[in-house]
Amino acid sequence: MSTTATTAPRTAPLATRRRWRLKPGWLVLNSNVLLTFLFLYAPIVILVIFSFNASRQQAVWVGFTVEWYEQMMRDERVIAAAKNSLIIALVSTAVSTVIGTLTALALDRFRFRAKTAFEGAMYLPIIVPEIVMAISLLVFFNTTFNLLDRWLGLTLKFGLGTITIAHIAFSFPFVAVVVRARLADFDRTLEQAAQDLGANEWQTFRYVTLPLLMPGILAGALLAFTLSIDDFVITFFNAGIGATTLPLEIYGRIRRGITPEVNALSAVLLLASIALVLGSALLQRRR
Amino acid sequence: MGRVADVELRNVSKVFDNAVVAVDGVSLEIEPGEFFSLLGPSGCGKTTTLRMIAGFEMPTSGEIYIEGRPMGETPPFRRNVNTVFQNYALFPHMTVADNVAFGLRMKRVPRDEITRRVREALQLVRLVGFEDRYPRQLSGGQQQRVALARALINRPRVLLLDEPLGALDLKLRKEMQLELKHLQMTVGITFIYVTHDQEEALTMSDRIAVMNAGRVLQVGTPLEIYERPSNRFVADFIGESNFLDGRVVELNGQRATVLVDDRLPVPARVQDGLAVGEQVTIAIRPEKIRLHPTGGEGAEGCVPGRVEEVVYIGTDTYYLVRLTDCCTIRVRVQNSQNRLDSGEMVGEGTEVLLSWLPETAMVLKA
Repeated sequence: MSTTATTAPRTAPLATRRRWRLKPGWLVLNSNVLLTFLFLYAPIVILVIFSFNASRQQAVWVGFTVEWYEQMMRDERVIAAAKNSLIIALVSTAVSTVIGTLTALALDRFRFRAKTAFEGAMYLPIIVPEIVMAISLLVFFNTTFNLLDRWLGLTLKFGLGTITIAHIAFSFPFVAVVVRARLADFDRTLEQAAQDLGANEWQTFRYVTLPLLMPGILAGALLAFTLSIDDFVITFFNAGIGATTLPLEIYGRIRRGITPEVNALSAVLLLASIALVLGSALLQRRR
Repeated sequence: MGRVADVELRNVSKVFDNAVVAVDGVSLEIEPGEFFSLLGPSGCGKTTTLRMIAGFEMPTSGEIYIEGRPMGETPPFRRNVNTVFQNYALFPHMTVADNVAFGLRMKRVPRDEITRRVREALQLVRLVGFEDRYPRQLSGGQQQRVALARALINRPRVLLLDEPLGALDLKLRKEMQLELKHLQMTVGITFIYVTHDQEEALTMSDRIAVMNAGRVLQVGTPLEIYERPSNRFVADFIGESNFLDGRVVELNGQRATVLVDDRLPVPARVQDGLAVGEQVTIAIRPEKIRLHPTGGEGAEGCVPGRVEEVVYIGTDTYYLVRLTDCCTIRVRVQNSQNRLDSGEMVGEGTEVLLSWLPETAMVLKA
């Protein structure tokens, strides 16, 4: 201890001197970080800033206003699109969370034939380009509707239903991945302890397995919700006529020119997404 | 017998999927109120045996009876036994009180009775005041006690303990050994205790089953197991033994003489069915052997040797003695009496005479 005390005053000025000397490595690394953040976040920051701009012109800052937010709240088409988005997100999240969790449990607990193949196929929606997924779903719905029409005389149309099913299809693998990560370090003796204490299979699941998996399940659910709210490509191909979600509405407006109202709407979506992703990350960190 | 054994295993075997025979034809009867230990090296099948009694594994063949009823495929939650797991397996998302109350909640016991019995159980393991803590906020010894309380609150017929002290440090382990033994006597529940620690088994058990390679080699009281091991493995695994191979050359009342390596006659205990000319192994505990100076009186029955190594271990001293023309033998002498008759310490290279009472030299058939 005493040696550190005596050497401390000598090393302190050395360290200060070193800090002011520019090294090439230090320069490259730091400018790299700076540029990365600039590319990633500058557009977003600009979007948020101009959503408060008191001018219809994009490039010029005139003054601060929340007028666009107010206008957005009064816009019935925006409200309708937001409502659709929420309904789709809530339903698809609920269903994909249940399916995803059960899939993760099945993959973790059971050995069955072609398990590896099944696992690979299940993770495909995470990997395949969204456009491929969108078109295949469109073809699938078309074919199914045609067959149902011919055989049963049922006339089904694209709309909220098809969007919701499509969202379930691409988001449940994400839930499964997150829950499986949680299952990977799950202590199975806890379940044995529960059974030993008189809990049957259902009670064991209800009081021990489920509560311990809950952070993973919630994280997966938040992820699914975010994916659903934000999705454009798959929704666009499977929406049909009349069913509009927020991303579709924004896209429709942009074609007629970027308005501050679109900026405001995007800013709100951004805020909601950030909140959800943060929540998901926090839940996953919890033991 | 008349009374029914608490737990009985009849010719139980367990073969795992990968054709590993974990338990091989084990038969045991465990009496009510007994502290019964399954002792053996790791991989001997003791934990698998315990898990079959608990119902986590099903026997490949044979039958397990609890309170006289065959268990068959009865799941763990319908067996009147509880387990204390090696890693305690406390529920991390529940408080101490909720952990302890779990079994009663599953059985839908009225709430006020649960409250009362949780308090009693925590009193029993001296953890009153820890109700609202979470397992991660407790020390290893405290977690151990919660695991005990959580099992005992259900008033099982039999408590199964799987190396419950394995994760504790030495000092705490010694304390918990005595505490567990007292607890068992207080509650009067049958304990089946799995351990690889022979000292632990000897300290706590009423009876011990020594297991190796899936088989039970000997069942007996700690005294029987230590003083009368029935085979070489038991004599070697429990405590220390010197082994001498030889042939019986003389039987004389209580005393047999075994010729080791065809040249060295040593005294041994006579036992039933022993015949002259038989090949046997004799096992002698290092602490049963006495050291004498050469040239003294009463050298009859003594074995001559030379001290090759002296190892001082505090309470005792070990002497590695090479017997004339023969093997080496370990002798353990308590330091309170560690003197030659002349009053001097024995050094390396000293010629000595070894003696032991014939009845302490155990004869193990080959």
